[in-house]
Amino acid sequence: MNFVDLLFLGFATLALGGGILMIFSRHPVSAALFMIISMVSVAGLFVLLEAFFLAILQVLVYAGAVMVLFLFIIMLLDVGPEGAKSSRLKLVSGFAGVACFSILIVLSLLLVFDSSPISQASTLWPALDQNSLVNGENLVFSTRVKSFGFGLFTKYMLPIQVAGFLLLAAMVGVIILSKKVIREEKV
Amino acid sequence: MIEFMQSLEIWQILAIKIVFALMMIGAVMTMAGYSVLAERKVSALMQGRLGPNRTVLPIIGSVPIIGPFLQGLGIFQPLADGLKFLFKEEIVPGHVNKIYYYLAPIIALVPALTTMTVLPFGEFFTGAGETIPLMLADLDVGILFILAVSSLGVYGIVLAGWSSNSKYPFLGGIRSSAQMISYELAMGLSLLPIFLWVSKPGVEVSALSLVEIVNSQHQANWLLLVQPVSALIFLIALFAETNRLPFDMPESETDLVGGFHTEYGSFKFGIFFVAEYAHIVIGSAIFTIIFLGGWHFLPWMSDPWPANWVGTILGVGWFLTKTVGLIFFFIWIRWTLPRFRYDQVMDLGWTKLLPLALANLLFYIVLVTWLDQSAL
Repeated sequence: MNFVDLLFLGFATLALGGGILMIFSRHPVSAALFMIISMVSVAGLFVLLEAFFLAILQVLVYAGAVMVLFLFIIMLLDVGPEGAKSSRLKLVSGFAGVACFSILIVLSLLLVFDSSPISQASTLWPALDQNSLVNGENLVFSTRVKSFGFGLFTKYMLPIQVAGFLLLAAMVGVIILSKKVIREEKV
Repeated sequence: MIEFMQSLEIWQILAIKIVFALMMIGAVMTMAGYSVLAERKVSALMQGRLGPNRTVLPIIGSVPIIGPFLQGLGIFQPLADGLKFLFKEEIVPGHVNKIYYYLAPIIALVPALTTMTVLPFGEFFTGAGETIPLMLADLDVGILFILAVSSLGVYGIVLAGWSSNSKYPFLGGIRSSAQMISYELAMGLSLLPIFLWVSKPGVEVSALSLVEIVNSQHQANWLLLVQPVSALIFLIALFAETNRLPFDMPESETDLVGGFHTEYGSFKFGIFFVAEYAHIVIGSAIFTIIFLGGWHFLPWMSDPWPANWVGTILGVGWFLTKTVGLIFFFIWIRWTLPRFRYDQVMDLGWTKLLPLALANLLFYIVLVTWLDQSAL
């Protein structure tokens, strides 16, 4: 076992442990902090794969921006430690947990034993591959920023625009929702 | 160099890296300590006072002329301040959340020190006419690394405010997180035109690398002169991110007593204090790298020093001179401008800086495209 393996084990333990502790901690602030630990450890795993750009995006977007907002909201609403939930809520969350876990098991089994299209990332977008306008067919795999940008704006142009459109819709929705509140206050 | 590194065992490489990292931490922490002294001396100068001039070391202080001179400069003051923080009584208020109360200063300091790993501060000339940048880790996305890690620093302040379990620190923590989120946007957007400008077509560099940004300013215009608006937005956002006046919302004494560190004393307060000044030192260094040409001499001039070890030392010295000048600028602003009101800070961030940064970005997209088209 060499040094990188040790680092991998350390980061993987932190990522999984942080995730598990996040679910089991009673206080929302502790849960948020364990989630940050888990996300930063995933960034560490990316660094071990020499995908520095992905690691930095992981820290910048998730640990740095999204979780700050989470913590901000938790503190602003002053959510205390959770008490005992009602039995119906427990049933719903238990059912959701079992469903998610079985989906995870099925997907990982598929990835290991099956060579069907879902495990081959290159055939995920067959419609795009056939498009003659796309000149991203021979994308070279590398972790440099340039290849990320090139891939995003050639081969994955449609997905990135769809994602952008979804975000725009969310933004417009937020603006409309927040405007509605003000109008009600005036009346 | 690379062959030399490959001939080493992994523990030897680790040992070398750790020694370099410790040296770098020592340098930055010394600069942070002496910025505190500079702050007190400059504020004294501006207010017609003398500033700290009493602290003295036994042996050096009794040397005839040099001793009193150093004493008057207050050279020994940071040492005394540090010892004072160490030996003060550790007071932990009864109403705090113990774990997070102890964790917060550490979380505030670690990102401030981590950003220095990708900070280039000079170049080493090998005999074969090559140059190796002096830095701990040459990352090709260095500037993003700095933005990412420094965005983690807000957790220290938020946790300190929350775990103190009292009103003023809590308000300070909330204000600080809102302020940092607001100004991070403007800061990131102000840097995008820099990347556009540096990565011209045909140039095979990653413009996100700090070394490439510095080298693009060698024998050319400083980016400060090319992109004054970006520099202005970045500087304002830097003041807000380091919590300096006129943006020191998290700890504005007049309305929040001490803000997020009201409940902190002794060494734990010292760590917050040092973290703030480490942020200022590293922020000044980043501004020097991006906008002031780093270790290169004046705009449009080649470096006047020879390409050997003398040049290395002079280059690092020139870089440090610029950085210290910027630290002075930080202090100067602090003792000149009054503090903004909280709503004014938010207003400036969201309705002035952000649209300005977006307009600036659009302008440079059009300009760079036009220049590219006319060049082809």
